[in-house]
Amino acid sequence: MSTVRLERIAKRFGTTTVVSDVSLDIAEGELVALLGPSGSGKTTLLRLIAGFEAADRGRILLDGGDVTSRPALDRRCGMVFQHYALFPHMAVGENVAYGLAHERLGRADRDARVTAALAMVDLAGFETRAVTALSGGQQQRVALARALAPRPRVLLLDEPLSNLDPSLRERTRRELRDLVRRIGITTVLVTHEQEEAFDLADRIALLHLGRLEQIGAPETLYNEPATDFVAGFVGRSSRLNGTVAGRDGDALRVRVAGVEIGARGAADLNSDVVVLLRPDALRFAGAGGITGTVTHRRFAGANAFFLVAVEDGEIEIAGAPDAARLGDVVHLQPTGAGVYAWPPPPS
Amino acid sequence: MRRIAAPLLLLILVWLVAEPMVLVGLDAVRSGGTWTLHAVRAFVVEPNEWRAALNSVALAIASVVLGGVFGVSLALLTRLAEFPGRRIVSALLALPAVLPPLVGVVAFLFLYGESGVIARMVMAVTGADVAPWRFDGAGAVVLIHATTMYVYSYLLVRGALATFDPSLIEAATALGAGRWRVLRTIVLPLLRPAIANGALLTALSSLASFSAPYVFGGGFRVLPTQIVSTRLNGDLSIAMVETLALVALSLITLVMASRIGGVGTRGAGKGIAPAPRRRGSRQSRLVIGAAAWAITGWLLLPHIALLVVSVVRKGAWNTTALPTAWTIGNYLTLITDPVRWRPFATSLWMAGLSAGVAAILAVAVAVAARDPRRALSRWLEGGLALPWAVPGTVYAIALATMFSVTQPGAGRFVLIGTLWLLPLAYLIRSLPVIGRPVVAAIRGLDAALDEAAASLGAGRWRVFATVTLPLLGPVLAGAIALAFVTGLGDFMTSIILYTYDTRPVSLEILGAIRQGDLGVAAAYGVVLTVISSGAFLLAERGRSGA
Repeated sequence: MSTVRLERIAKRFGTTTVVSDVSLDIAEGELVALLGPSGSGKTTLLRLIAGFEAADRGRILLDGGDVTSRPALDRRCGMVFQHYALFPHMAVGENVAYGLAHERLGRADRDARVTAALAMVDLAGFETRAVTALSGGQQQRVALARALAPRPRVLLLDEPLSNLDPSLRERTRRELRDLVRRIGITTVLVTHEQEEAFDLADRIALLHLGRLEQIGAPETLYNEPATDFVAGFVGRSSRLNGTVAGRDGDALRVRVAGVEIGARGAADLNSDVVVLLRPDALRFAGAGGITGTVTHRRFAGANAFFLVAVEDGEIEIAGAPDAARLGDVVHLQPTGAGVYAWPPPPS
Repeated sequence: MRRIAAPLLLLILVWLVAEPMVLVGLDAVRSGGTWTLHAVRAFVVEPNEWRAALNSVALAIASVVLGGVFGVSLALLTRLAEFPGRRIVSALLALPAVLPPLVGVVAFLFLYGESGVIARMVMAVTGADVAPWRFDGAGAVVLIHATTMYVYSYLLVRGALATFDPSLIEAATALGAGRWRVLRTIVLPLLRPAIANGALLTALSSLASFSAPYVFGGGFRVLPTQIVSTRLNGDLSIAMVETLALVALSLITLVMASRIGGVGTRGAGKGIAPAPRRRGSRQSRLVIGAAAWAITGWLLLPHIALLVVSVVRKGAWNTTALPTAWTIGNYLTLITDPVRWRPFATSLWMAGLSAGVAAILAVAVAVAARDPRRALSRWLEGGLALPWAVPGTVYAIALATMFSVTQPGAGRFVLIGTLWLLPLAYLIRSLPVIGRPVVAAIRGLDAALDEAAASLGAGRWRVFATVTLPLLGPVLAGAIALAFVTGLGDFMTSIILYTYDTRPVSLEILGAIRQGDLGVAAAYGVVLTVISSGAFLLAERGRSGA
């Protein structure tokens, strides 16, 4: 088990900066998800840790040792590729045994390690099967067994669930989480799906345009977003323009859609701000508050999401499925949480 | 209409492609209207005969091994290593794919031959008045084969590497495998189908190769040259047995190759070309680059010699290390001198006509054979492909046999000695060149496009003219261009079938060399090279555009 430390890592491809100045400390046994939209540099960061790309600047340390200039084959990082990269000309057992070659094991020891690795992913007895004959979920598990068999210092997962059917994905995610927890291996996971990151990660590192926007527990990212981008990317939210009407201790009072509500954030008094509202920031009320018209209703089982057209925008709010109908004029009252305000991005 | 068309096409193929071969088989065991094994016996008991067969096999093995090692390493080098000028090198290395074999052989003659560029330089430096070496025999032929036929392995392996999933290499690396282990356990095993196909093409080309053994073989006889000389000696039925032996060797090769390379394993991932890694130090990149450029330069040296010789005035390079007078007269002669122009014009019209007619026939067959599940489709496809597996010498002999008598019922007419036999031979040789890619392309077309056009009210001909043909266009154009240059530079069929009226460029090149007009011969060669390269580019574009 190992620690991973990134110090001010930067990487350019030609003239595009893909990773800029990212520092990250991952504790032993921790599972960190690199989350971000496509083009945020998360996969490049993972490949930098694995050693498939060379950093232009900065250092990478495994267990405190500098591996920045070590080739991939010396880093002992177990990697699961997005498309698994199973060797199609080798049987399952040969794939899993591939990384054991340099350990100079006897045949029996090696077979035992392969058997153990396959048992770990619930594929005991699959040694002689052709990898091309396996289902997607089984291929994914072979890839995991292959990565874990050499007992790597760090496990790197590149969108490991993105190639699975939605129905299979949730179950596999649970199995993956249990397995990684049981082994206690330090893990870095790349994903663009926040649900996956929320479910698996101890901490989430949110990347945007090659920069680290915020790192923290899922709850922290949701409840205490450090930047406008984090608040917008993590969880659902509606975005409106407002102004700062006053201060209330650490919090702001912002004027938005004709009413004044409390918001988390930092901005000068009377300045224009971007206001983000979570679906639970407002609730339907009998009168007062923000007035608007329901333009869309999306049924989601226990509750529903309503799109309400207000003075200068649209707000999505959650409520009971029968709380309103299309075309209703409704009143919305703040619940006291889920409102964030930032100075607008420089245009 | 479709019901009649397909069997009719099959009949045409049987007549042109299969019947001549059957007649060769019959002629081998018939003499004067009776069955006899006399010729077979003569072949078996004569050591010279089976020595030619053994030489053919040995030459094929040497060509496969050397050409394979060359081609595979060059493909790996230009695809997986990074060095200055990598793209140019990889394009230049593909050049021999299109050169008419005779032009390549003549280029070797000008470079390594007894009066070639190198020998002259050595003589000028040492003051010797005899050539320091003789460039002939098995060694010379093997050298030519290895340095021209590597291109099959090179192109196929390069193509396979273009869709090779780079994450397989990364996965192996992450599991601790070094460069050589990755090559040995991942890259080469996955390239096996491409390597096997390259070996097959090399073996078939080597078995069929006529120009190199004919010009440089000397006492080293292989079956194609043996056939021609036996025929010249008038032993027609023995020539037929030799022809059959050559066909048998080609077929055995085909069967063996499908056994070895049949299992086509493909990467499971998405096919992105592995970006060459800029890993190595600047120094190692320069070393690799220098090596790659040196090999490329060496492989191209004969063609450079050809170019140089083509601009030397006659007699200006007999005793000196370097030529004393330059001229473009050799090129002008090709156009202005009617004697020189005529073979060129002859080759142009024969190659053009045969490629055109072959294209019409091949497209018709491809349309009729579009559904691969029908038995008739497989027969049609097999008929198109057969001339590909059979050496050109064999077809020439077979056609000469077929069209030497008049038997209208058997589809036989006297064409030998007329203007039409050689173009017909070109046409048959063109069928697989055009047919194979067109059949593959037409099967790759989305049938829903035809159905969409039909549902919009287009009749069968309109669907063909407005949907199928335009989509096939690039592939078809490239294939026709390749067939055209194959005919333009043909030597092995022509030397058997040409007449006074159909004397082609290749024979004129040899004639010019015999007369000492090396510059003119070289100029012909350069012109053929340029035309062939153009056709190759067209074909490459067609492939990538389809």
